[in-house]
Amino acid sequence: MDEDLHDLVVTVNGNSYARRVESRLLLSDFLRHELRLAGTHVGCEHGVCGACTVQLDGVPVRSCLLFAVQMNGKSITTVEGLAPAADRLHVLQEAMHAHHGLQCGYCTPGILMTMSAFLEDCPDPDEEQVREALSGNLCRCTGYQHIVDAVLTAAARLKETPV
Amino acid sequence: MKPAPFKYIAAESLAHALALKAEHGDEARFLAGGQSLVPTMNFRLAQPAVLIDINPLETLSSLSRVNGHALRIGALTRYRMLERDASIAETMPLIAEALPHIAHPQIRNRGTIGGNLSHADPASELPAIVVALEGRLRAQSARGERWIAASDFFQGPLTTALAVDEMLTDVELPVQPVRSGSCFMEVARRKGDFALLGIAVVVTVDEEGVCTRVRAALCGGGETPVDVSEAAAVLIGRKETAIADATEAVRQAIDPSGNMHADPEYQRHLAGVLAKRALATAMERARHG
Repeated sequence: MDEDLHDLVVTVNGNSYARRVESRLLLSDFLRHELRLAGTHVGCEHGVCGACTVQLDGVPVRSCLLFAVQMNGKSITTVEGLAPAADRLHVLQEAMHAHHGLQCGYCTPGILMTMSAFLEDCPDPDEEQVREALSGNLCRCTGYQHIVDAVLTAAARLKETPV
Repeated sequence: MKPAPFKYIAAESLAHALALKAEHGDEARFLAGGQSLVPTMNFRLAQPAVLIDINPLETLSSLSRVNGHALRIGALTRYRMLERDASIAETMPLIAEALPHIAHPQIRNRGTIGGNLSHADPASELPAIVVALEGRLRAQSARGERWIAASDFFQGPLTTALAVDEMLTDVELPVQPVRSGSCFMEVARRKGDFALLGIAVVVTVDEEGVCTRVRAALCGGGETPVDVSEAAAVLIGRKETAIADATEAVRQAIDPSGNMHADPEYQRHLAGVLAKRALATAMERARHG
């Protein structure tokens, strides 16, 4: 089959990109290989591990289960777009750092993109809600406890001083 | 872990999507949320030559009441929309109760009702719920449209009554009468996994608390959702003291095939445990509903 190519314009982390892509190119590969935004990690590539989670129009989704060609006109946020400034981390990133919420770091971008959206939806979560929200992201290092601690700390800090 | 090449076409209208499907037939698949289709494409278990993306068809994403007696859900409605609609807990408590069991938040953010039902995974929650609620499904094609009863829709694992040129566009679920109660329960190895077995139950009682109607369906218990309403009907004309009899009837009525994590005997055991708990809960709710 000839390559099925499509032109697309997509906004990623506030920047507009125009690219020609093959229809079968996954959004995860588009971000990493075409846009060179390798912060989005690829784990299982079939929607189980959550490492590739990005925000599509503000909503966390698996980028390995979307085709880049579907993103024409859409706005995507990846982990590279999470921090408010080059010299400042997002409150959740700071909390993950402070609580040792990562070891190898492979799952971390997906967790940040899932849980930062969760905190906007649910600003005053209890531990059970945090664990439920985290259930679609696998981490094989931490046992999750430190991630849960970090999210709860971030929630408390966001309540004091909303971003 | 990369999909095979395919031709991508973004549908411009429902008529356009249906014309494309009529043209390409078995070679083409509709792409809705993609949460079941894309993993199978990544594994190359599915290699459609043409993908017809229906995500641009916003009219297919809708929730509406039909004459006050039914809820109509457009096929492209995402689980997320149901989770965030306050009226669902009131009009369709069975769905509201089942939603947290369906996969994980990111999947629910993207997955659609129509995609789930068309995929017809027998372990999935929604098909059992639609069967328990005696819903009906609207199939449209370039030739016209028809409504299919949920009991006729699911024909086998990943197999539905949809013809090759048809798209499931709506599902309609009757709102339950007064003094009805429902319950959804499942056992899964981890939260968000497919159920080893699950049950959806709806019970209606009279003013004395006597059961007048019972509907029940299992997910994960066979090649399609398994309607066990006939067995559970032991409860009709009786009160909650008859739940043990109904539970035993459900246990005897099924012929579970077992799976990698649960042999048939264990599934039968789960069917009994879940039927007992769900019927008791639904009856209790019906008395207060």
